[in-house]
Amino acid sequence: MSTDITSNDLDHAHDGHDDHDHKPKGFLNRWLFTTNHKDIGTLYLFLSLIAFLVGGSMAMVIRAELFMPGLQLVEPDFFNQMTTMHALVMVFGAVMPAWVGFANWLVPMMVGAPDMALPRMNNWSFWILPFAFTMLLSTLFMDSGGPASGWTLYPPLVLQTGNSLAFVVFAVHMLGISSIMGSINIIATILNMRAPGMTLLRMPMFVWTWLITAFLLIAVMPVLAGAVTMLLTDHFFGTNFFNAAGGGDPVMFQHIFWFFGHPEVYIMILPAFGVISEILPTFSRKPLFGYSSMVYATATIAFLSFIVWAHHMFTVGMPLQGELFFMYATMLISVPTGVKVFNWVSTMWKGSMTFETPMLFAIGFVVLFTIGGFSGLMLAITAADFQYHDTYFVVAHFHYVLVPGAVFALMAATYYWLPKFTGNMYSEKWGKIHFWLSTIFVNVLFFPQHYLGLAGMPRRIPDYSPQFADFNMISSIGGFAFGATQLIFVGVILHCIFRSKVKATGQVWEGARGLEWTLSSPPPYHSFTTPPEVSHNMVRHAD
Amino acid sequence: MKKENTVIVVLAVLAAVIAATWLLLVAPGLTGNEINMPRGVTSLSASHFDLHMIVLWICVVIGIGVFTAMFTSIILHRKSRGHEAAKLSHSTQAEIIWTIIPVLILVAMAVPATTALIKMEDASGAEMTIKITAFQWRWKYEYLDHDISFISTLDAASNEARQLNSGIAPESVDNYLLDVDNPLVLPIGKKIKFLITADDVIHSWWVPALGWKRDAIPGFINEAWTNIKEPGTYRGQCAELCGKDHGFMPIVVIALPQAEFDAWAAKQLADSRDQQQEADRLWTQQELMQHGEAVYASACATCHQPDGQGLTPAFPALAGSKIATGPVAAHIDVVMNGRAGTAMSAWQDKLSETDIAAALTYTRNAFGNHTGDVIQPITIAEIKRQNTEQETAP
Repeated sequence: MSTDITSNDLDHAHDGHDDHDHKPKGFLNRWLFTTNHKDIGTLYLFLSLIAFLVGGSMAMVIRAELFMPGLQLVEPDFFNQMTTMHALVMVFGAVMPAWVGFANWLVPMMVGAPDMALPRMNNWSFWILPFAFTMLLSTLFMDSGGPASGWTLYPPLVLQTGNSLAFVVFAVHMLGISSIMGSINIIATILNMRAPGMTLLRMPMFVWTWLITAFLLIAVMPVLAGAVTMLLTDHFFGTNFFNAAGGGDPVMFQHIFWFFGHPEVYIMILPAFGVISEILPTFSRKPLFGYSSMVYATATIAFLSFIVWAHHMFTVGMPLQGELFFMYATMLISVPTGVKVFNWVSTMWKGSMTFETPMLFAIGFVVLFTIGGFSGLMLAITAADFQYHDTYFVVAHFHYVLVPGAVFALMAATYYWLPKFTGNMYSEKWGKIHFWLSTIFVNVLFFPQHYLGLAGMPRRIPDYSPQFADFNMISSIGGFAFGATQLIFVGVILHCIFRSKVKATGQVWEGARGLEWTLSSPPPYHSFTTPPEVSHNMVRHAD
Repeated sequence: MKKENTVIVVLAVLAAVIAATWLLLVAPGLTGNEINMPRGVTSLSASHFDLHMIVLWICVVIGIGVFTAMFTSIILHRKSRGHEAAKLSHSTQAEIIWTIIPVLILVAMAVPATTALIKMEDASGAEMTIKITAFQWRWKYEYLDHDISFISTLDAASNEARQLNSGIAPESVDNYLLDVDNPLVLPIGKKIKFLITADDVIHSWWVPALGWKRDAIPGFINEAWTNIKEPGTYRGQCAELCGKDHGFMPIVVIALPQAEFDAWAAKQLADSRDQQQEADRLWTQQELMQHGEAVYASACATCHQPDGQGLTPAFPALAGSKIATGPVAAHIDVVMNGRAGTAMSAWQDKLSETDIAAALTYTRNAFGNHTGDVIQPITIAEIKRQNTEQETAP
């Protein structure tokens, strides 16, 4: 960045703003005290990879116990702790931090900023997480055991947890604080630090979806914090918020929880929509189809996510009018979601496609997420939901939108931007092997669960009638194979970072557009020290 | 790209997508395993099944269309075939069409969905009422019109086989995990209303053949109804996570023609009169111990364990415990009224006086406890009467 008119002295005065590598010296300085958006992004992504493996191994315990009818491995109470912790770790430890990690890396580069708007807060919002997770996981080793009430923490059942409940509640508080600070940072960066010419409607879809996600997070994390605080006082201080015998209302918790919980679903999937909207145009060599309608569809989905919460609890007994309202509102979500799927297919239509690993994962996402969307529409039909609710059909539904949905999008994003982050190309061959094995086994794992649910198998049971044996065994085999396949993913990432000899260019992908591709690979430590001029051919869409 | 080629590709992709759909949605059923929702034996279950199939087929048709377009594009529009990217980036017309058509499809779906829901929520005109009270991990059924009431628990054979490493093959047990000691017996061809509630945590009463589940929530009474068309045995399970034995809380409904149901009800009443007479006499310690062992096995052993050693920390041991070897009055109080904030249920209304007296006598004289106490059914009856008076006193 130093130019012909600046002297060496001036260069030193502007030390930190230089293009050259001025990373802090020493391991602690570099990682513990870092305020750099890329280093913090890397920390988030590694934490999430570890959580993905920890949560995944809990899923292996679950699938191993369900491999055959009869109890062979674990006591029912420990089984319940596994289902609860698997969900909490995957939602709060794997998927959410991974998206914040990508936002940290990408948002400043995509909008043409040097770093995040609030770098010190950024450090704090990451470093809360390892402590929160240690606390959460430590409950498994306590006398009273971890929480065993499902990740939804419904009272009165959750109040039967021992003293470890306090640790769970405080862990949730810390996770919430971290998410809120991360969101504030992302919003401040997007709204204040865009380069000249980067108007809102020129922003990449990933930035748009994260902007909306950040607002959702700020809106709902305090709601969750409030709900779990009431659990805390009910358990330890004799209040009766949710205790019917004391005049409280156990159903009220469900309303509060799902007012958080449903937007939470979109917090995990909206950034995925953004990533897919980045990757499909690149490998179709064609601009994103219907950019503005994509933005409006995202905002519509976010709005609707606040008025559909009770579809998670149709069977608690609601007035008919309430059931009808939540059914209609839920069905409506399929309209903007459909717009997105149609736009993605139209983006591919008449393109000039190539099928590198990120594109394969993106296509896998569109197909399998759509299947999850269909089962979602079925679940919206209230009367039929009185059969589907709390069965394996629901388990199949939300795993389709979260695993080949959110997680595939995270994998697509990893393959797509890893060469940019590291300056090295990953192994295309092993990336493709990872994709094909993941895609085959994720379906072997989750598709049979639709049959199990429809045939009458409830969720969250450690043992089942032999009539469900065949599909449970198939599902478990798919689960073990899918789990093992993810070790390839870890191998490809580590190889790309530390061993790969193939250097990536700044452009990386032939069809890629956007500001991050104008930087070198890996990008300079401080992304844009002077704001870039954003011209029309740098944006990803032609609207 | 020649025109005919495109048509051939589209047709080939369409055939492949339909084949894949068949493989996923039809073929697995050919293995003899059930893969779809049951049509059930009530008008509600049939209407929910029809609704499910309508929406499923709409999704299948839309899915076939979307995936055919997508995979056609993947085959034809690839760089390796020399396809050049077109310039199109939006089309207002197309976007309006694919917003409006889904809305119309949704409206079409909403009509039968609304009708079915209104029908399900209308419990009026019921000729008979059953109150269901769920508690960890049993169901209590009260026939409000017949003065019959009993508790329904997982059958002993399943219970033995389901213990960790029991060594008993689940396949060798009839209706493993789906059988109970006392099934709910109902008449067919009658509109029956259920009032559903719970005592401790939230449960959910679900028999797929009846077409719905309904949560059992402490402090709430939920309404639901059924009208069973065919006699038979219908099995279900608790559907809402309710603690460690959530998976071991089955439901069995036996539907009988009216005459057979009446005979069953008459026998139940006669039995309960016999029981009442039994409760009024004095029992010997040996009789109480014998009966208490059976009551303990069915009601207490799930938590406190067959050997009385409990499961720390949630379920305390009874062997040598302060309660089971201490003052009788405190022991009776815990068993009758439960202990708030723990899994210990209030048994006063769930077991008969004789059962409670026997279980108390048994636990005070088993597992190495030697209090020598004998608690008579009439003592329990008297305490129960006092408790009830206290509750109803102004």
